[in-house]
Amino acid sequence: MSLRILKAGLLDTIQDQGRYGFGATGLNPSGAMDPAALTVANLLTGNAPGTAALEMHFPAPVIFFAADALFALSGADFDPHLDDQPIPAHTPVLTRAGAILTFRRPVWGAWCYLTVHGGFRLTSWMGSCSTHLAAQCGGWQGRKLCAGDALPFQGYPDYSGLLPGKGHRLFPWRGAAGAVYPAEPVIRFLPGPEYPLLDEPSGARLETSAWRVARQADRMGYPLDGPLLALRQPLELISTGVIRGTLQLLPNGRVLILMADCQTTGGYPRIGCVIGADLPVLAQIRPGQRVRLQCTDLPAAYQEYRAQQQTLRQLKWGCIFRLREAGLLDRAPREG
Amino acid sequence: MPCHIYPLGDQAIVIDWGNRIDTGLNQQVRAVHAHLRDHPLPGIRDLVPAYSSLTILLDLGELLQQSPGRPPFEMMRTQLDRMLPGLENRPVQEGRRVDIPVCYDPSLAPDLETVAGFSGMHSSDVVEMHAGREYLVYLLGFLPGFAYMGSVDARIAAPRRPQPRSQVPAGSVGIAGEQTGIYPLQSPGGWNLIGRTPLRLFDPYRPEPALLQAGDRVRFFAISLQAFQRQMQTP
Repeated sequence: MSLRILKAGLLDTIQDQGRYGFGATGLNPSGAMDPAALTVANLLTGNAPGTAALEMHFPAPVIFFAADALFALSGADFDPHLDDQPIPAHTPVLTRAGAILTFRRPVWGAWCYLTVHGGFRLTSWMGSCSTHLAAQCGGWQGRKLCAGDALPFQGYPDYSGLLPGKGHRLFPWRGAAGAVYPAEPVIRFLPGPEYPLLDEPSGARLETSAWRVARQADRMGYPLDGPLLALRQPLELISTGVIRGTLQLLPNGRVLILMADCQTTGGYPRIGCVIGADLPVLAQIRPGQRVRLQCTDLPAAYQEYRAQQQTLRQLKWGCIFRLREAGLLDRAPREG
Repeated sequence: MPCHIYPLGDQAIVIDWGNRIDTGLNQQVRAVHAHLRDHPLPGIRDLVPAYSSLTILLDLGELLQQSPGRPPFEMMRTQLDRMLPGLENRPVQEGRRVDIPVCYDPSLAPDLETVAGFSGMHSSDVVEMHAGREYLVYLLGFLPGFAYMGSVDARIAAPRRPQPRSQVPAGSVGIAGEQTGIYPLQSPGGWNLIGRTPLRLFDPYRPEPALLQAGDRVRFFAISLQAFQRQMQTP
């Protein structure tokens, strides 16, 4: 009753909505790099939005389904194939035990999420199933997945009547939150506390430069390649709290955007902070790809966040309706 | 105490009492943190107290849904403005006294000679100075369970290494300027390593994973290499 990793990907970890409430002990939240994609994948499989999912980077793993399962992929498109047939992302897929899921090439995005209906059976640590790589805790044995790992399913519904013939079954409706990811990503930020201390060219360069996400980008942060920025005068800062999305100015003049595994405190100038609605968009930009930054204000940030939440809420009701209509919810468990 | 309340993006709010390391300011941070922890306001996800600031992580979705007409930052600031004056100079819970064994043996202290060189003293004097006073835990940050403690005697307050190490072993005791700290996990790090403790500063499976908390008062005492090895073997 599980999903087995036949071949490990570059970085496959279990992530949920994050581990909050322990900031005073230095324990950072972790969680899905793209929280919107985590939500979409969960909604497509009838789960609560923050349920723990398998987060995959490219090269992605080869996965064997040891049981029938209703699963969905969201976030990055790695050209998924089920038993050598292409399958679409953002669509619920009912698969038969024995099927093999592969990913051929990175078409779009950096982080792909796989959910199964009912979720995986995991032990929560400090209120979350997210993998904390540094503490080697949470998720699946506190580490990235390896070949041979078998992720058990939480439930095991009987789908036998719904799987005709030999193959899998696609449900012909897409749950893509297309509005979340514009084709030409512009990442909007609010000026940070130290933004006014940037020298004149630096303030303008932040918005006018064609930045690229640097090769060293990882779950902790996305450094940007582009012009070096400077403050008007040197500044010694003591450590303060930082969050995902914070734009730090490093001592060498580079800009680093903190991501899901960032530490709780930092002492570099906080020149900006990416708005919540754009964190999913930013997460999906791959190393080497271009990114533009644009300054915005709080009312606009709230409006964007509200609109995104609204999109996801509508998707939720749509998914529940269609999954129920297709007879996929509340199925009796399989016997034996 | 004058403070500045400002947003950090749309997902967090900072209460900032000034860019200074100061026991009085830090006490104010701990008082406000304790109050918000024990009397949580709706829409708060997490609290990150630091030297002289408190960062409040918001659940923006919840705040926007609960009060659609009111901007979350303004709403929070109003509540904080009302709350903060009552917390001025409020006595905070006395921190615990924690004694931490440290082995300063050269085999576990790769930068002890560097610090000795900085101070112009013998390495045994550095050890005596490091272990000879009580330190306040100002905050936990950087890594789970990493305590920023101060203040180190100015004579041994050697600045960070120009090139951080890519791997510092868990338990390493370091000095960076007037701060001292202990690496709870193996991680990269740039502090001068002058010894190692057999204690586990962060144990994920303890009820309270972090050994220390802000406000604690810490003293180091020197142990031999044999004692260190013995304690490392007993869980």
